[in-house]
Amino acid sequence: MSEAVLDSGAEIEAPGTKGVVDDFARDKQVFGVPWGKAMMWIFLLSDTFIFSCFLVGYMMVRISTTDPWPFPSEVFSLTVFGTSVPLLLIAIMTFVLITSSGTMALAVNMGYRKDRNKTFWLMVATALLGATFVGMQAFEWTKLISEGVRPWGNPFGAAQFGSSFFMITGFHGMHVSAGVIYLLVIAFRVKNGFYEKHGGNYEIVEITGLYWHFVDLVWVFIFAFFYLW
Amino acid sequence: MAEEGQQHPLKIYYWIWVLLFVVSFFSYMVDYLNFQGAVRWTLILVFMFVKAGFIIAIFMHMKWERLALKLAILGPPAAILVLIWLMSYEGLYVEDTRLEYYGESTMVPQEVPHH
Repeated sequence: MSEAVLDSGAEIEAPGTKGVVDDFARDKQVFGVPWGKAMMWIFLLSDTFIFSCFLVGYMMVRISTTDPWPFPSEVFSLTVFGTSVPLLLIAIMTFVLITSSGTMALAVNMGYRKDRNKTFWLMVATALLGATFVGMQAFEWTKLISEGVRPWGNPFGAAQFGSSFFMITGFHGMHVSAGVIYLLVIAFRVKNGFYEKHGGNYEIVEITGLYWHFVDLVWVFIFAFFYLW
Repeated sequence: MAEEGQQHPLKIYYWIWVLLFVVSFFSYMVDYLNFQGAVRWTLILVFMFVKAGFIIAIFMHMKWERLALKLAILGPPAAILVLIWLMSYEGLYVEDTRLEYYGESTMVPQEVPHH
């Protein structure tokens, strides 16, 4: 078997399941992507299970409690100019996160074009939007805590509301915070030419992007199941 | 795979970006317009899967990856459906048990303060 077949994933993919069998059966990299990207995907797969367990646990306690479940629409409403708008803060947070996903997608694209300046600024913008999201989440937590919502109980209904809320949004917020740091580290490396010394390869921007989009993806599910349901 | 990884025209990203905003607006409207019951749950799920699909397929480039990677990453989460199915039955059973032994809830929730 030649060297090229051993280490590259670049050969033509056979159609359908034959391609899958080929990819796994040959003595070569299975997925035809850089190892860092494959590893990020596998990490995200494991993270999918963690968040799924949280959401399924939330579903289970919400089904099994006999106490009334608090109305998220009211609990998360904000009063603007004297009128109460349901879920306003959550809606704004959602829009901030989607905006950051867009800037991230553009950063990945600019990375592959080797436009280091644009990549840097788009990643910084993404990180700033992420930090804004965490800030708004801190505001939301403060508001709920001041109203008496605790992991072990709250005045608006079933005690399980607080435990699910703090676990799920807390774990997601931690992911966003870690993502902000990750983004800034990679952004500054792009800017100061770190990757030029390593063959000018900007796949790392796409790998960082995968993590960031995943955080946005998890929010889509939290928004649907926790805030809207 | 192209020699330089995932390179696609910018246009597709702008499109998906706009669509994500539009679909998020729709899912917010589900709450704002106060849909209830089966309609609410169906709409929430439809908008959720549309958004998740766009993010995974386009922003995360899954659409352009090899089928081997797609199956390896998107296949295993299907196991979660079994967990959902089991836990929903378990949840109903626990609820029945609580009603049987503790009776109906006597909790009177407070109004949410508006400030």
